[in-house]
Amino acid sequence: MKDTIETLTTTAKYLELFRTNREQIGDGDPDFVKDLREQGIRSFEKTGFPARKAELYKHTHLEPVFDGEFSFDFSPRKIAFDDNDLFLCDVPMLDAHVLTVLNGVFHHPGKSALHELDNGIIVGGLREAIRRYPDLVSAHLGKIAPLDKEAFVSLNTAFAQDGIFLYVPEGVQMDKPVQIIHLLLSDKNQMVHHRNLFVLEKNTTAQVIICDHTLSPHMFLTNSVSEVSVGEHADLDLLRLQNEHNNSCQVTNTWIRQERASHCQHGNITLHGSMVRNNLHVKMEGEGASSRELGLFLIDKLQHVDSYTVIEHASPNCTSDQHYKGVLDDASTGAFHGRIHVHPNAQKTEAFQANNNILLTDTARMNTKPQLEIYADDVKCSHGATVGQLDEDALFYLQSRGISRDESRLMLMDAFAQDVLSKIKQPSLRDRITDLVGKRLRGELSRCNNCAMHCDEE
Amino acid sequence: MTDQEKILNEVTDNDYKFGFHSKIETETIPKGLNEDVIRLISAKKEEPGWMTESRLKAFRHWQTMTMPDWAHLQIPDIDYQDIIYYAAPKKEAKYQSLDEVDPELIDTFNRLGIPLEEQKQLAGVAVDAVMDSVSVKTTFQDTLAELGIIFCSFSEAVKNHPDLVQKYMGSVVPYTDNFFAALNSAVFSDGSFCYIPKGIRCPMELSTYFRINTANTGQFERTLIIAEDDTYVSYLEGCTAPMRDENQLHAAIVEIVAMENAEVKYSTVQNWYPGDKAGKGGIYNFVTKRGICKGDNSKISWTQVETGSAITWKYPSCILKGHNSVGEFYSVAVTNNYQQADTGTKMIHIGKNTRSTIISKGISAGRSQNSYRGLVRVLKGAEYARNFSQCDSLLLGDKCGAHTFPYLEVDNRTAIVEHEATTSKIGEDQIFYCNQRGIDTENAISLIVNGYAKEVLNKLPMEFAVEAQKLLAITLEGSVG
Repeated sequence: MKDTIETLTTTAKYLELFRTNREQIGDGDPDFVKDLREQGIRSFEKTGFPARKAELYKHTHLEPVFDGEFSFDFSPRKIAFDDNDLFLCDVPMLDAHVLTVLNGVFHHPGKSALHELDNGIIVGGLREAIRRYPDLVSAHLGKIAPLDKEAFVSLNTAFAQDGIFLYVPEGVQMDKPVQIIHLLLSDKNQMVHHRNLFVLEKNTTAQVIICDHTLSPHMFLTNSVSEVSVGEHADLDLLRLQNEHNNSCQVTNTWIRQERASHCQHGNITLHGSMVRNNLHVKMEGEGASSRELGLFLIDKLQHVDSYTVIEHASPNCTSDQHYKGVLDDASTGAFHGRIHVHPNAQKTEAFQANNNILLTDTARMNTKPQLEIYADDVKCSHGATVGQLDEDALFYLQSRGISRDESRLMLMDAFAQDVLSKIKQPSLRDRITDLVGKRLRGELSRCNNCAMHCDEE
Repeated sequence: MTDQEKILNEVTDNDYKFGFHSKIETETIPKGLNEDVIRLISAKKEEPGWMTESRLKAFRHWQTMTMPDWAHLQIPDIDYQDIIYYAAPKKEAKYQSLDEVDPELIDTFNRLGIPLEEQKQLAGVAVDAVMDSVSVKTTFQDTLAELGIIFCSFSEAVKNHPDLVQKYMGSVVPYTDNFFAALNSAVFSDGSFCYIPKGIRCPMELSTYFRINTANTGQFERTLIIAEDDTYVSYLEGCTAPMRDENQLHAAIVEIVAMENAEVKYSTVQNWYPGDKAGKGGIYNFVTKRGICKGDNSKISWTQVETGSAITWKYPSCILKGHNSVGEFYSVAVTNNYQQADTGTKMIHIGKNTRSTIISKGISAGRSQNSYRGLVRVLKGAEYARNFSQCDSLLLGDKCGAHTFPYLEVDNRTAIVEHEATTSKIGEDQIFYCNQRGIDTENAISLIVNGYAKEVLNKLPMEFAVEAQKLLAITLEGSVG
């Protein structure tokens, strides 16, 4: 026998990590969550990490990232943390329920882990929700994002410790948006798996804003899953702002299930982050549902952003409208893979998809794959994709009016971004993000405008 | 059932018209594939040693490969040992005039509506008619020879122009390219070879008709077109295959080399047997077509009308290497019953100021699946590259599918790449509009389908456009009239 040490594959490492810490990971979980974890790890064992050439991960190879040295907390760890200097990063004039998630765990110093508002809304930590409302949670958790289709969802299901739970009971219109701030703060390289569950019952409206931030210069690896159920005639506005530092890797998986005549708007704005992969899956199960997906990324240096979206039209009379845009500077790379899937019975479908990208340098690179998969005949579907540069004529026009070339470029890029930004519904949020995007384009936004750390400036 | 549905049913229920099997004695070799069979094919074709070696090399590589499964196709398992890899008409004589040709063969072509005599007169089309695998008749060869143009069967080229064949064969599609290219490189039986010397503008449309004839024979054609500096050639390929129950395999390779200022136009009308209404039988069409614009200012244009085959797997591509070179792809793909098509193109921009245009029109009916799959890649050095792609799908019936899978990979900021696609059915308002103006529903559908495909049909050479419309009519008869 040879006495060499067998090197484990990355997949095996994670299986090993789960198995040796099984007790600790599932500590205090009810049986249904334990079952989910087991199912998750079993399907992860089957699929493993997406292979180098796997079609869906062709431009983003994540296995080497996951192979890196990251510590993982199986239970919340105390981290020195000053609430005051923490969050200036709020949106001015936005009155919201602010929930902070620190390293994947709901942070609620001195307050209850789960708030029950007067009108029956439940909002707070998922772990606490599992304990207090097992029936409500088990009806949705792990049911919207299938365990066996996506390796990162399986992995998250096995490992996730906490996240945010939001429940809006029938007929309730939320008066204030929910703002979830995901913070990463650690004294070493850290891996985080967290999970959100949003349930909107019939005839409800809600608005959720998710902000992702890093507070220390360590390497972070986040794998998050958000499951969203939008009930009949419900209206959800979900916006994610990604602004982690340029030494972090983020994989997000958002699975949205829509029932009859519901509406959902999902936005995703990426400003910073070294390697970002966003998986979005919207399934319109009920007749007459409508959805809108917005995406915008502004990247430079060696950043990489990959958006993968699947819009499933599973019932008749549904409409979807998708618009993703990207601006790529320096040696950044981007990828877009959007699929519209129209099921055989989904007649009278209207689905539109557009992906526009601007390359600012010769070293930036964009790969785009807009796809239509259509099995019904009475449909109106279209998609378009462009990769190009700023319009020389427009630049010339502005310059001829005495505006400097640099300023003209900024104006045009700003206008390019406005297409997406103007569709953000909340006015104060729209202004705030427009401001952030403007600063990002000018290079003034180093990571998080109000954060004192400036960790990526070296 | 509404009128419109009735007509759609009529339209989509049409039988394959060219389903007959001409009884020409053919010589075949036993089923199966191994090195001996390849040596036997090579020996039968009296090939030189280097050719045999090249086939064996390809075969050995093929053995290490597996069939690609990324296409949006359901391909039944193919037993590659259950196929006859060589068949040739027995009366292998060199005819001087049409009188000497087997009357039944002439009759076959007559029934296809493409009589040789007529073709000869019609606008000076030279026909290299390929009946199964051996080139039977090459017309107009003398006229072409005067200009220095070489237009002959591939095996003749191997014998008479070995230097050219050795230099260019596999230079665009190497045997390592893909599974079917490797298979073809190992067992190809015959095909066409075309060489246009410097400064010559080919005075007529070159044309070949492929036809699969002997049951159980996979047909492995190989075409090589070389256009030297400052040349122009238009090449037509058309095929109809007889009715047959077993599935047949067709894995062809087409290579085009365009030098400086050369222009090559390659048009195809493909109507292999698509299988019956229950999806039984039909041809498997796995084709690798690729052209390289080697010199500056060169141009390669692919036009295809795909109506046949049970399964189509075909991506005519252009490598735009020379500066200012142009690639074009125009396609109409019609699928009916249980047909499946996964077709499209690849445009690889390498040189500066390269331009490409992709126009793809898919029409699906019955229970068929029709996919467009295309890649546009702009490399770093391809400054000011420009691409425009448009892929439209038309759905006739609610059981069929239409899919679009474009890939855009851009590595250069000066490049402008655009893609747009739509999927729709014939609108009731469109039909109503026509009805209102006194056009009945049947003619209205015909009008709309015609208009829909027109952009591509217009690109076909005149002589070919007639046949293309005929073939469209077979799949969509009653509407095209």
